[in-house]
Amino acid sequence: MTAATPLSTGRRPPAGTSRNRRGRVGWLFVGPFMAVFALVFLAPICYSLYLSFFRDQLVGGTSFVGLDNFQRAFEDDQFWSALGRVAVFLAVQVPVMLGLALLVALALDSGRLYGKSFFRISVFLPYAVPAVVATLMWGFIYGTRFGLVGNINDALGVSLPDPLSPSLVLASIGNIVTWEFIGYNMLIFYSALRVVPKSLYEAAEIDGAGQWRIIAAVKIPAIRGALVIATIFSVIGSFQLFNEPSILQSLAPNAITTYFTPNLYTFTLSFSGRQQNYAATVSLVMGVVTMIIAYAVQLRGMRKEA
Amino acid sequence: MSAPPFTAPPRSRRTNHRAPASRRAPRRRRTADRPRRSVVLTVLMGLTALYALLPLAWLVINATKTQKNLLDSFGLWFSGDFALWDNISQTLTYDDGIFVRWFLNTLLYVVVGAGGATFLAVLGGYGLAKFDFTGKRAVFATVIGAVAVPATALAVPTFLMFSKMGLTNTPWAVIIPSLISPFGLYLMWVFAAEAVPTELLEAARVDGSGELRTFFQVALPLLTPGIVTVLLFTMVQTWNNYFLPLIMIKDPDWYPLTLGLNAWNQQASTAGGQPVFNLVITGALLTIVPLVAAFLLLQRYWQSGLAAGSVKG
Repeated sequence: MTAATPLSTGRRPPAGTSRNRRGRVGWLFVGPFMAVFALVFLAPICYSLYLSFFRDQLVGGTSFVGLDNFQRAFEDDQFWSALGRVAVFLAVQVPVMLGLALLVALALDSGRLYGKSFFRISVFLPYAVPAVVATLMWGFIYGTRFGLVGNINDALGVSLPDPLSPSLVLASIGNIVTWEFIGYNMLIFYSALRVVPKSLYEAAEIDGAGQWRIIAAVKIPAIRGALVIATIFSVIGSFQLFNEPSILQSLAPNAITTYFTPNLYTFTLSFSGRQQNYAATVSLVMGVVTMIIAYAVQLRGMRKEA
Repeated sequence: MSAPPFTAPPRSRRTNHRAPASRRAPRRRRTADRPRRSVVLTVLMGLTALYALLPLAWLVINATKTQKNLLDSFGLWFSGDFALWDNISQTLTYDDGIFVRWFLNTLLYVVVGAGGATFLAVLGGYGLAKFDFTGKRAVFATVIGAVAVPATALAVPTFLMFSKMGLTNTPWAVIIPSLISPFGLYLMWVFAAEAVPTELLEAARVDGSGELRTFFQVALPLLTPGIVTVLLFTMVQTWNNYFLPLIMIKDPDWYPLTLGLNAWNQQASTAGGQPVFNLVITGALLTIVPLVAAFLLLQRYWQSGLAAGSVKG
C-alpha cells in the first residue's frame, strides 16, 4: 500500500517549544480514534490470543493447555474442508469478478459508450444493497418454488439443475458475491484509470498501437496499485465468507453444513457448541492465513511493478 | 469487503486552480479523448447493466404481488392485483409494527455509528496530516496492520469481552465496534494533507485562534467533500451490517432491519411458523430504498471524489 504518502505530505512545524505543544495537540486529535481502536481492535486480538491457550470444561473449569487448541485445529478435518472450500471460491470467483469489473471499468473509461453515466450508476447500485437483501433476493430467484428457475422450468418444460443443491450451491453463492461487488471493484479500477495521464495513450496511439495493445501495455500497468488493493480486499472477503451461506442456510438446509466456511464454523463452535476457546483459536489461525495470503498478493503485485 | 474504495476524495474547489469552464469541456479538443462511440460495446455493457438491475427489478415486481400470487405467477412480470400498497401497510403493521422499530434501530446505529466513525476519522486524519508528534509512525503501522485482520477473527473475542462488560444485547454492542473505520481514517488523512494548506493554519494561529477553533472554522469547511465521501461509505457499512448484530443482539426489539428480515424469512422454515414471503420481499425493498436514494442524490459528491484523484500505486 502507499504507506509513505501521507507521512511525507505532512509538513513539519518549526522545532522548539511550539513543536512540543503542537505534538500534544496532535494526540488530542488522534487520541479519540486510538482509544476506541484499542478497545475494539487491539483488546480483542490480545484476548483471543489469551483464550487460545486455555480450555473451558464443565468439569474442572478453565485450565491452561498450551498449544493443544492449535494442534487440534491443524488436525481438524472440518476446519480444513471449510478452508479448502473458501480457497476454491477464492480461486474461481475472485478472478471472474475482478476480470468483469476491470472490463466494465475499461469500457467506461474508453469513452466509446452511449449513456455512460447510466451504466456507471446501474453497475454500482448493487453495492448499496445489504448482503441480507441480496442473498434473500437471489435465494428466491434460485428457488424452484416461486423463483425464476422454477418459472423457466415450468415455461419451457425443462428441468434446470437446482442452484441450491449441494453440488451447485458454492457457485450460486459465487454469483451472489460477484453481483454484490462488481460495481465496487469497478469503481476502484475506474477511478484509477481516470488519473492515468492521457498523454500516455496519445503517444501510444501515434505509434500506431491498437486499443487492446494500449490496454495491455499502458492502462493495466498504470493501475497495478488498484488491482493489488482490490485483490487483497477480495482475498480477505473470500476468507471471511459468512453472510451469504448463513442466510441461504434456511433456503438450502441440506446443501450448507455448519462448517461450510471457516467463519460459519467458528460461529457454530462458539454460539451453538459453546467451545469459545477453540473458536478463538480457529479465528486466529484464519486471521494468520488471511494475512499471509494478503501479504503474498501484495509482494507479488509490487515485485511486478519493479 | 466493506471498506470504502481507495480513492482520494475530491480536492477542494478552493485549491483547484482550473477554471470551471475549462473543467467542463477540457476533453473535447483532444482526439484520444473523443473516440468513435461503439454500438457493440454499448450492447455488451447493456448486458452487464441488465445483470446488475434484473434482481432489483424482480424485487420491485414481486413486492406488488400477494403471497398467493407470488407462488403461482411468472417472476418477472406483474400479475394479479396490484398489492404494493397493501404489502407496505402489512409490512409496517405486522407483529405490532416491529418493522418500524427495526427501521428506527437501524437509523440509530447508522446515525450514531457511522456519524461517530466519520467524526473520529476526520479528527484523527486531520491530526495525522497536520501535526508532527511522537508515535505517529506507530499509529500508522498499527492502523494499517489492523486493516488486514479479518473482522471475524475479532468477532468472537469482542463478543466475550462485551458480554463480560454487560454490553451485549444493548445498542452499544453494535455501535461501539462501528465507530472505527481504518479506511475512513486513511482517506481523511490523505484528503486533509491535500485540501488544507498548512499556511492557512499558520495564519489562523498567528491571528490567535486556538487549535480547536482553527479546526472547526478553518479546516472543517475545506474537508467537507471528503467528509461526505467517508460518511456515505460508513453509512452503507453500518446499514448493511449483519454479522455484528447477529452475534451481539438476541432481543428482537434491538434488531436492525437486516436481522429482522432474516428472522421473517426463517419463520417459514420453522415448525408452526407462518410464511410471510410477501412481507420479506416488501421489507427488503423498503430496506434498500433509502440507500439507493442516498447514492443517487449524493452522486455529485462520490463521483467528483473519483474525478479528483485516486489510488497512487
